[in-house]
Amino acid sequence: MKKLMTGNEAIARGAYEAGCLVAAAYPGTPSTEILENVSTYKEIYSEWSTNEKVALEVAAGASIAGARSLAAMKHVGLNVAADPLFTIAYEGVNGGLVIITADEPGMHSSQNEQDNRLFAPHAKVALMEPSDAQECKDYIKEAFRISEEYDTPVLFKVTTRICHSKSAVELGEREEVGIKEYTKNPKKYIMVPAHSKIKHIEMEKERIPRLQEFSNTTELNKIEWNDRKIGIITAGASYLHAKEVFGDSVSYLKVGFSWPLPDKKFKEFAQGVDKVYIIEENEPYMEQYIKAMGILCTGKEIFSVCGEMSPQIIREAILGEKVEEGYSLEVVAPSRPPALCAGCPHRGIFYAMSKYKNKIHVTSDIGCYTLGAMEPLNIGDTVICMGAGISAGIGFDKVNQMAERNRKVFGIVGDSTFFHSGMTGLVDAVYNKSNMVTVILDNRITAMTGHQENPGTGKSISGIESPQIDLVGLVKAIGVKEENIRVIDPYDMDANKEAVKAAMDATEPFVIVTKQPCALIKDVQKRRANLYCQVNQEVCRKCKTCLKIGCPAISMKDGVVSMDTAMCNGCQVCLQVCPFHAIEAFGEEVK
Amino acid sequence: MTKSMLLVGVGGQGTILVSKILSEGLLEEGYDVKMAEIHGMAQRGGSVTTQIRFGDKVYSPTINKGEADVLVSFEKIEALRYVPMMKKGATLIVNEEEIWPLPVLAGLEDYPQGVMEEINNKLESVVSVNARAIAEELGEPRSANIVMLGLMVKALGIDSIDWISKIKKFLPEKVHEVNIKAFEKGISL
Repeated sequence: MKKLMTGNEAIARGAYEAGCLVAAAYPGTPSTEILENVSTYKEIYSEWSTNEKVALEVAAGASIAGARSLAAMKHVGLNVAADPLFTIAYEGVNGGLVIITADEPGMHSSQNEQDNRLFAPHAKVALMEPSDAQECKDYIKEAFRISEEYDTPVLFKVTTRICHSKSAVELGEREEVGIKEYTKNPKKYIMVPAHSKIKHIEMEKERIPRLQEFSNTTELNKIEWNDRKIGIITAGASYLHAKEVFGDSVSYLKVGFSWPLPDKKFKEFAQGVDKVYIIEENEPYMEQYIKAMGILCTGKEIFSVCGEMSPQIIREAILGEKVEEGYSLEVVAPSRPPALCAGCPHRGIFYAMSKYKNKIHVTSDIGCYTLGAMEPLNIGDTVICMGAGISAGIGFDKVNQMAERNRKVFGIVGDSTFFHSGMTGLVDAVYNKSNMVTVILDNRITAMTGHQENPGTGKSISGIESPQIDLVGLVKAIGVKEENIRVIDPYDMDANKEAVKAAMDATEPFVIVTKQPCALIKDVQKRRANLYCQVNQEVCRKCKTCLKIGCPAISMKDGVVSMDTAMCNGCQVCLQVCPFHAIEAFGEEVK
Repeated sequence: MTKSMLLVGVGGQGTILVSKILSEGLLEEGYDVKMAEIHGMAQRGGSVTTQIRFGDKVYSPTINKGEADVLVSFEKIEALRYVPMMKKGATLIVNEEEIWPLPVLAGLEDYPQGVMEEINNKLESVVSVNARAIAEELGEPRSANIVMLGLMVKALGIDSIDWISKIKKFLPEKVHEVNIKAFEKGISL
């Protein structure tokens, strides 16, 4: 049976068919749907882990205990998981271990576009790169087999265009491979220097040469001989783009198993064609290797390392064909940046903070609250990575003091991000006597990636009830004094103001926890469906104060402030900021 | 011959659902189909685009500038934004609904005037409707996307496919009737 599937769905299906038993992940675009789909197969234990390092360690432990296991993450997640990656590579596996990295060339929803293929030679783990959904499914099954046969974790690289593109996939049956026996083996599974030294040599002398041999013989690295004037070496989605441009008019070496790279096949292919092009997204990963072999080829001389590959880019670079000009219009469309939703619980506290805009610096973090940095709220000086909202704030604050800037530093972090890697920053802030303020926006969900459960929500990935981690209790346990903690409802502007003022005056680590669920959670939407605000035009003086909160439900149309009452969820932040009491609330909560 | 169709809109308008229905129908009809979506932060009011390519054999899911055979825009200024993706002579199907982006709402930028005039002046083949108004008349504003589906099916000449069963498959039962009406309305325009 053929079914249209995204790459992510196909990866999940492949794991199911391969007899995978344990899967762990932290959500992140474009990888999120992998685990969401895996969790629909009841045969597999799945979990949202606290972060990617935890996810990989869960999967590694499960592998050593004997089960086929996988961990999935977005590209930057592998940075977090790099620590276990580099050492599990030495230890190898018992049950097959596959680590999926979903890279984002073009950065549709990411802070950088690192090319995670480079992790493979660095960590010395096998690497595979499918091109479409069918290959995602087939390769995952092969990845588990390779992992077990060569006693290595397999890094499995996909990209946004593969994760989120649908194409036809032939479904198969699940093969129950069961759980392998676990035998205590300290030399393999306890990495202390004496064991690691032996393991490293073993890898170099045995495993890697075997993998190299496999790379040169496997059909995953496939030569398609056609006309021999042009030969293209390519991998992943770039293969599809190249095929789109050249069809069967040139020869291809499609690399599906890309570490170790197939040196003999490269040589054979290059000798068989007149001119070699390397078409790969982002870094010249294959190109540098091939050039180091002394093979003449063209790659990044004509292709950029930045952004996504496309048929058009290939057509222009190799064939010199300019795109035929389409239509050009004179009327320009205004930008449409993503924005905090109507009723977003982050808005109130941000507005209260914006009143101190020349007295604060804000180190923000990865999540919906990153959008607070946009006009008109303008809350955010920095965004680096998960958890840096707190830790970067510590350093920023120290320097502000040295420079006598007399500005308070506010670090912003969400509930899921706090569990992910914010907690360690807060421990550091307390331990090292930082003056910074930490604002934990607890909206009871991992919102930005599309509403995943997390340790604070009381539910597991499968929707089963789980213990709810007490966020405020945790803050207290870390050592923030009771009098320096404010737990507030961010829809209450008086509470927001009081909390920000108290934070401004604080001389010790200070924490504000806002508690209000994301406005897009289904139950919240149902409960608040009949609530809305409306502008009383007779009272409104058009002062535009309400526009400064950046709510998409409020606009100035034809000189009149109007409210999209269908979009409004009645949070009443606008009502509270209006200096003339011109906004009124209507409706009742649905019980 | 591969056809490239680009669907653009704003998060929450149901463009991805329409793309799924279309892709599945085309696959069943025997076409090779590739569909790609970009929806990273779309739920937060950003632009959403999906690309559908179908034909005997389709490799790349990506549609380049100047390549779309059909551009379907679920919002007026999104049409403006993506017109350069169209091939000369390609068809634009546009929902004349206005959804103001935040910079416009906040008074930092203006929603442009004369969008439809500009489009009608420059492009040869434009189908424009107010799908939202049609859907509201049918009693379910959220079925505007299915009105658009009807228009697309007609424009592409793929009305022999059993779209009704696809609509039923992807939508909850209680909204089947209104969406079938929306589809039939769209195809009749």
